[in-house]
Amino acid sequence: MNPRELIVRRVAKELNDGDVVNLGIGLPTLVANHVPKGMKVIFHSENGFVGLGPTPPQGEEDKDLVNAGGQYATVNPGGAFFDSAMSFALIRGGHVDVTVLGALEADENGNLANWMVPGKMVPGMGGAMDLTVGAKKVIVAMEHLAKGGAPKILKQCTLPLTAQKEVDMIITEMAVIRVTNEGLVLEEIAPEFSLEDVQKATEAILKISPNLKKIEVE
Amino acid sequence: MSKLTDINSIINRINNGAVLMIGGFLGVGTPENIIDALVAKGVKNLTIITNDTSFPGRGISKLVAAKQIKKLIVSHIGTNPETGRQMNAGEIEVELVPQGTLAERIRAGGSGLGGILTPTGVGTIVEEGKKILEIDGKKYLLELPLKADVAFLKAYMADEEGNLVYHASARNFNPIMAMAADYVVAEVEHFHTAGNIPPDEVMTTGILVNSVIFEDSKDAMKGGA
Repeated sequence: MNPRELIVRRVAKELNDGDVVNLGIGLPTLVANHVPKGMKVIFHSENGFVGLGPTPPQGEEDKDLVNAGGQYATVNPGGAFFDSAMSFALIRGGHVDVTVLGALEADENGNLANWMVPGKMVPGMGGAMDLTVGAKKVIVAMEHLAKGGAPKILKQCTLPLTAQKEVDMIITEMAVIRVTNEGLVLEEIAPEFSLEDVQKATEAILKISPNLKKIEVE
Repeated sequence: MSKLTDINSIINRINNGAVLMIGGFLGVGTPENIIDALVAKGVKNLTIITNDTSFPGRGISKLVAAKQIKKLIVSHIGTNPETGRQMNAGEIEVELVPQGTLAERIRAGGSGLGGILTPTGVGTIVEEGKKILEIDGKKYLLELPLKADVAFLKAYMADEEGNLVYHASARNFNPIMAMAADYVVAEVEHFHTAGNIPPDEVMTTGILVNSVIFEDSKDAMKGGA
């Protein structure tokens, strides 16, 4: 299984029946394809609705209905549209159960950096800061290493933060890591990697869970 | 008296240096005909409060390309490389605001509030220069209200009273911007005589809307990424 596929399938296992979930742009968006069968998850789209559905077939697009990445989308029966103030009130107010975001860096204090690289790339934070602060559970879904092989899971983020001490879990193609008050706990490891491989690819020191398991996905 | 207005008489009100709110999220829910008219008039040094600068060739990006903007107050510029280029070249000032904070600052501006307290941005560079208040042991940033001279909205339908109905995700920032400007203009796709929108279905009351622009243009029908 390719690394990105493994990540999104493993993230999908974190969802619970009835959860309201916001998926970030890029890799996290693909989690929607792997919601466990028989489970109902309601997707929140921060541009102003709940009940985000699949991409419409060609020719059936509605020019006024897009996801938070600006791509044509659909709304499922039972969904609802609202304005941006309401959308973010839902986020900050604790009405969104889970958010899944990509990251440039994450660290052992639960900090996250994903919105700018000073002097290089300043796209803006969009809704990421509100989602990270407001969602009940924050999952970082990303490839374990940066392009070029540098670690992204650090003792301390070097880039400007998106939010402080808000990340609950980090899921990569190598590992499932839980952020705790005592630091990062390695809970699951991909079958093809050793503990040594994962620690070598991680700047922060990983504590090994007594219940360490192999990552299993459907 | 109907609020239906000619687009040119609206654009004539807009002068260099105006502060404008413009609805939309990545171009969806953005009044394209009004933007085209602003580009044609060539007003300069605008301050634009809006969520993002859309994709090249669409929505706010047309005002960026025509170099009519002095300052942007936005949450995201990543989908339009020209905005980043002008920012890095010092040609345009960009104040980046978390999207939920942007929405609440606009809401505060239109609701008579002196600001809002939000946990968003605490411990990040967003908190720089802002008052931090601790309430029940949790830190919040004091974020100040935003107001504009004119708000340009996009709605699906209006009636003569200026009552508005939005469609799908094109609602986004439009209803809150309708509250926060001295003069409010809505560009719509459908126009009805008074009383033809049931009060239960009105999303923005006509008391907030000064003028309605009904432009049956093919260009306004384009959408999506």
